[in-house]
Amino acid sequence: MATPPGRDQSKADPRRAALYGSQPAGTGPQGIAPRILEFGEELRGEGVAVGTSELLDAFSVLELVSWTDRTDFREALATTLAKSPDARRTFELVFDRFFFRAAEVAALEEGIGEQGARGESPDGDQDGTPGEGEAGDGEGDGELDMELIRQMVAEALRDGDEARMQDLARLAIAAFGRQGDGSGVIGVDVQRIRRALGLKAEPQPELPPEDPRAEGLPREEIRKFEAMLRRELERAQIERTRALPAARPLNELDRALPSGPLQDLAAVHKVVMQLKRRLKTQGQEARGRKRHSAVDIRKTMRASLETGGVPVQLKYKPHRPRRPEIYVLCDVSTSVTSASVFFLSVMHALHDSFRKMRSFVFIERISEVTEVFEKERDFRKVSEAIAKDAGVADISGYTDYGRVWNEFAAEVEDDLHPRATVIVLGDARTNGREPKAEVFGQIAAKAGRTFWLNPEPRLYWNYGDSVIASYERYCEAHECWTTDQLEEFVKALTQPIR
Amino acid sequence: MPVSPASAADVATGLKATGYLPGESTALVSFLAERLGKPILVEGPAGVGKTELAKALSKYLERPLIRLQCYEGLDEAKALYEWNYRKQLLRIQTEANDAGWEKVQDDIFGEEFLLTRPLLSAISAEEPVVLLIDEIDKTDQEFEAMLLELLSDFQVSIPELGTVTSTTHPVVLLTSNNSRELTEALKRRCLYLWLDYPELSHELEIVKLHTPELPDLVATKLVELVAMIRELDLKKPPSIAASIDWARPLLLLGAQDIDEKLFRETMSVIVKHRTDLDIVLERVGAKLVVGQPVSG
Repeated sequence: MATPPGRDQSKADPRRAALYGSQPAGTGPQGIAPRILEFGEELRGEGVAVGTSELLDAFSVLELVSWTDRTDFREALATTLAKSPDARRTFELVFDRFFFRAAEVAALEEGIGEQGARGESPDGDQDGTPGEGEAGDGEGDGELDMELIRQMVAEALRDGDEARMQDLARLAIAAFGRQGDGSGVIGVDVQRIRRALGLKAEPQPELPPEDPRAEGLPREEIRKFEAMLRRELERAQIERTRALPAARPLNELDRALPSGPLQDLAAVHKVVMQLKRRLKTQGQEARGRKRHSAVDIRKTMRASLETGGVPVQLKYKPHRPRRPEIYVLCDVSTSVTSASVFFLSVMHALHDSFRKMRSFVFIERISEVTEVFEKERDFRKVSEAIAKDAGVADISGYTDYGRVWNEFAAEVEDDLHPRATVIVLGDARTNGREPKAEVFGQIAAKAGRTFWLNPEPRLYWNYGDSVIASYERYCEAHECWTTDQLEEFVKALTQPIR
Repeated sequence: MPVSPASAADVATGLKATGYLPGESTALVSFLAERLGKPILVEGPAGVGKTELAKALSKYLERPLIRLQCYEGLDEAKALYEWNYRKQLLRIQTEANDAGWEKVQDDIFGEEFLLTRPLLSAISAEEPVVLLIDEIDKTDQEFEAMLLELLSDFQVSIPELGTVTSTTHPVVLLTSNNSRELTEALKRRCLYLWLDYPELSHELEIVKLHTPELPDLVATKLVELVAMIRELDLKKPPSIAASIDWARPLLLLGAQDIDEKLFRETMSVIVKHRTDLDIVLERVGAKLVVGQPVSG
């Protein structure tokens, strides 16, 4: 049993337990209580915070709920064990996997097949996918009647019978799932099976009228059935590859920032949204802009009780910290575009944490893009708008820092003051042109704080045409090539200035 | 006399009778909360009926509803209790001359001078109540910490007075829009309920419950359109209340079908942002023009 790749050792054990069942069949203590504990253990293995008190709650809840009702049982456990939407998603997966396996083991032990007839999938079970399911009427010898399955699935969908759909999903995968080898991509397989079953929301008049598909099937039921197929296939994949699917949405924040040409925009958009939510947690107290402290009448009066109602001691309202004013300058030449646009998106998602925010992009010259971000919320559109309209490339398309500093200074010089923050994002590669660090120095001197974010690892700094050292004299330089580093920086930035 | 449900199905019927159609898990979790005396933490997007649930529960359980609306900077003086310092001052001034200091001092920290705020009222209520702590995510973490004692033991410690323990267990609901992560400690003390936009059939039922006269075709199309609009990336997606609100004008106009013109005229009921209006018209309105059926 190999440790699943990409995971550290400490997490491997509960996960392995989760995959293979921590108790070999029949050796563990009997009854529901140990099962629930094992289940909690599996959830922990998947990173859901399940405390002892949660487990105790689960037990007390289960006393009130009939455990023979699958929905009630699941909801009751979920309400006590999974306490965020993310946790809930993991819970669903683990629940299915855990109790599915438990049922399989129990069925094997007791020698029960459903209605005594266990239909085996035609191409065998060599990869461990259970080919169990309702084999229909008179299916005993391992041959599945494709047309019959089509009929049964269509009927179940028409009637909205979820339990039947669940069973049939397994059967359909066994029947249609492995013609050829399967594409290896679950989404593609799901669609292939759906087509093979002839499931459509539109009416299909060419079919005989008694066929449930002739009038079209309810769209929502089809979606549900697809979800079931997907789950079954995922489960099969987990069994086959002996590891959980690699892409866990929760881990997305640990990824490196997108580099090179804009790629995978949807994923980036999601990360921006997540970051936004997490950062909003901070900075809450950074609102309000009281300059002078005011006397808090209520507190003063309360304090005056000690002195018989004479207000000897004045109490003041707490000093509200001010929100910073921010100027962002981002290099959008091809080497760093993605990181820049990503950073700008994050900043603009947070714009209400700042008193004022202006953003510029530059290559050879600068261009203000504050408005683009105010209008567009879609990451993809923003990047397109910047590429199309900003007009920052002049002749060569290579970054010209010297000219950028001059233009920036001309644009905002009068607005800069000691409480303003200037943030530059760029790789400081001048392509052999004049760095004009002294102009940058003047800007930095006028602004209160100046940061430089470099999307290159520190290792590469000052090699080749990178002149970050000459700028670093005037500002704080941070390396910033993963979302984690970026988040740390933004977090520090949104802290109120005292 | 407050109602005590015997099963989740009871709760479902009871809530339905008050005009609130609970989803699968809603009734179950409410039932469990009532039986176990645990608070419920309700999370979900804006407008899925989190606050409504509390109101419906209070109606169904026949318990009065005590509501604490949270906001940034809410402190215990406004949420829990406060000494009525004006009255205390008066007392001191009127009695200082003829009574001993000891006596006055004892007196001014009596219950007479205590102003109860929502949380303390809920704890000290004679009859059981439903306590709604709305939008808990708007407060800061310090306030959350203060709630912990209240939520696990249903008691409040007042330094000058002692501990006030509840005699009747309130049903507590905390709602959150998930705008920030709540602390683990708070979550641990609660049952968790995630409310999402309902499925088509469920929302259809809700609309029907509120406007039974609306023709089936219109109602179906209405919920399908609303579902489509929610899919778009809007500043403010339409809530369930918006669907219900939209049903009313459609009924008044005697609509038999929702076409592009009618949609354009009434969509301001469900879409409340200028930029959103443009997006919705472009994406959804256009589909109605072509005359494509919204679903098969």
